[in-house]
Amino acid sequence: MSNTTSSTENSMLKITDLHASVEEKNILKGLNLDVKPGEVHAIMGPNGAGKSTTGYVLSGREGYTVEQGSALLDGVEILDLEAEDRARAGLFLAFQYPVEIPGVSNLEFLKSSVDAQREARGEEAYTSAEFLKVAKEACKQVNLPLAFLKRGVNEGFSGGEKKRNELMQMILLKPKLCILDETDSGLDIDAMQVVANGVNSQRSPDRSFIIVTHYQRLLDYIKPDFVHVLSDGKIVKSGDASLAKELEAEGYSWIHNEPADELEGDLL
Amino acid sequence: MTEQIDKALEREYEAGFVSDIESETFEPGLNEDIIRRISSMKNEPEWMLEWRLKAFRVWQEMEEPDWAHINYSKIDFQAISYYSAPKSMKDKPKSLDEVDPELIRTYEKLGIPLIEQQMLAGIAVDAVFDSVSVVTTFREKLEEAGVIFCPISDAVHRFPDLVKKYLGSVVPTKDNYFAALNCAVFTDGSFVYIPKGTRCPMELSTYFRINELNTGQFERTLIIADEGSHVSYLEGCTAPQRDENQLHAAVVELVALDKAEIKYSTVQNWYPGDENGKGGIYNFVTKRGICHESAKISWTQVETGSAVTWKYPSCILKGDNSVGEFYSVALTRGAQQADTGTKMIHLGKNTKSTIISKGISAGKSNNSYRGLVRMNPGAQGARNFTQCDSLLIGDQCGAHTFPYVESRNPSAIVEHEATTSKVSDEQMFLCRQRGIEPEKAVSMIVNGFCKEVFKELPMEFAVEAGKLLEISLEGSVG
Ligand SMILES: Nc1ncnc2c1ncn2[C@@H]1O[C@H](COP(=O)(O)OP(=O)(O)O)[C@@H](O)[C@H]1O
Ligand SMILES: [Mg+2]
Repeated sequence: MSNTTSSTENSMLKITDLHASVEEKNILKGLNLDVKPGEVHAIMGPNGAGKSTTGYVLSGREGYTVEQGSALLDGVEILDLEAEDRARAGLFLAFQYPVEIPGVSNLEFLKSSVDAQREARGEEAYTSAEFLKVAKEACKQVNLPLAFLKRGVNEGFSGGEKKRNELMQMILLKPKLCILDETDSGLDIDAMQVVANGVNSQRSPDRSFIIVTHYQRLLDYIKPDFVHVLSDGKIVKSGDASLAKELEAEGYSWIHNEPADELEGDLL
Repeated sequence: MTEQIDKALEREYEAGFVSDIESETFEPGLNEDIIRRISSMKNEPEWMLEWRLKAFRVWQEMEEPDWAHINYSKIDFQAISYYSAPKSMKDKPKSLDEVDPELIRTYEKLGIPLIEQQMLAGIAVDAVFDSVSVVTTFREKLEEAGVIFCPISDAVHRFPDLVKKYLGSVVPTKDNYFAALNCAVFTDGSFVYIPKGTRCPMELSTYFRINELNTGQFERTLIIADEGSHVSYLEGCTAPQRDENQLHAAVVELVALDKAEIKYSTVQNWYPGDENGKGGIYNFVTKRGICHESAKISWTQVETGSAVTWKYPSCILKGDNSVGEFYSVALTRGAQQADTGTKMIHLGKNTKSTIISKGISAGKSNNSYRGLVRMNPGAQGARNFTQCDSLLIGDQCGAHTFPYVESRNPSAIVEHEATTSKVSDEQMFLCRQRGIEPEKAVSMIVNGFCKEVFKELPMEFAVEAGKLLEISLEGSVG
């Protein structure tokens, strides 16, 4: 089955023939993806396939060069925007390895982020008191003690706490498109459930998700509408939730054995 | 990313304007006659002149030091003017109404209102313009509490015994080249005396402004906290933006008698010169305090300006159980060079010192921490803790750490921690991915790095320091 259509109408994210490189090495080699509002797409694939690269290229990380192709977010070409403007346009990336910013309190960081985005939309910045209220709410939602608002951004957080902190940022920023890069990896079942609940609570008809994961486990909790396999910089297979189960059982090798070109033809 | 940061670091120097004020300025040159003239401009007693002349002879015998990690073109001491004062100050205005409005406007523009009604409540200001003190606010109110806060040139007349007893008692004339020069030619600065058991009812602050071209500023500050007293003092400084280098060679002496506490904070924002190192202030400063029994001196400095900074606020922990602290943020960008740190000299038993130094280097700048911790044989049970962190922005700058430890008492404990980190691509990207502008991101990351020091500043100034860093780091002045 294929979720791609020829029309860009009503797509939350439409990636067309995206080629991108890092340090002159081609990583993405003709990526196509169409995500409609409200949909959840899972991307799976072997290590080094280009999953994280996809997230970075879409969100405008420096050092990642777009060679050709386009990516429309809610109808707007984002590939020539600055990273912060893509964020303000509604794109959110939950990092595979969240970085620490020592001495900058989580609360201050969150407020700066939210205010920057509100300002870009012509809305007023929150007062400190107002923001504290929403931040506390979000903190509870991801099951982090309130003390985490005062601590430095990710400073000394455990792996699971960092991932939940990413989720808290997502909840506060209310993006249109969320890309979660292996947010489940390294989490135990309980923590994974917290993540899944967080995502599920944010699902809405005008918000879409791309969930990068290695394990079908997470997809038991977050039901994807589509599952794609990314290999060597392009999508080599797409299906529904059952594809994830197949992959879990058989690994990726059976996909590699099929000629990629044919598959691509299929998908297009 | 480097490009983003470079952009973020371009800034204008907000305090770079020149005030149009008619001044009486000495012709350049340094000799005994000049010193006599400075002394007579201030109508000084004979003993003060003698003290200056003696210092001048000592200075002539000394060599300019070259051990610091800084490079600058040799200073021509004969090309500098050693005295400049607004003409209007000649017949000593008795109240603010008599002060040239242009002078008052200058300070207003710098955010230092001198009209009492507009001032920050609870802060008394001594405003020093080139070589003279323009006005000292809240003087009467302070004197009610027995606190003396006045220009040092007044103190020489009004409190000669205190001045004679303590001037040069902490920093001897021959201490170093720049201190000796200061002793010979110092013009103005603040004098503070807090009587026994008194908690100074307000923050004291001195604001130094260099305006005149080709003049040096040689200020002299003396703070005496008598037994069991307490004072918090802040110093701020700016200068116009000029292509020529200007010399600032100050001496600050602190005396904390038994159980007294002095908190001395500096927000230094002298003109740093342009991106290529043209112009800016040469800041060669000697600051030292002596702690008697159970006394405490705490230095907090935020250094963002000057082309060259050479400065080591120090504590002599003479009395048993005395405490010395040094909290420092030094930011260098463009072609700035800073060699700064502290000396903690432990003489008494159970003396304690803490050193927290945060160096931030950006552009092509060089930032060095130089610190000495000395445990003398009598310093039984003394302790020092030093933490020295460097933050690099970009890859063309340098951070250096020169810790010296001399321990002559086996029971003394010296701990030293040092880190070097970078504002990383990952941190910048995280901020931008959340919608934060790169300039704002850099300043947020840098402020986070400095947090431990900022929390030591008095409230009002912590905000000011944070803003100053932000301005220093922002492309457009906010
Ligand atoms: N900064 C980089 N420099 C060089 N190669 C990189 C860089 N980032 C990613 N790559 C390469 O790009 C490929 C895809 O990496 P990535 O997107 O992280 O894969 P995945 O997330 O699917 O495991 C890998 O071969 C990886 O080595
Ligand atoms: Mg990855």
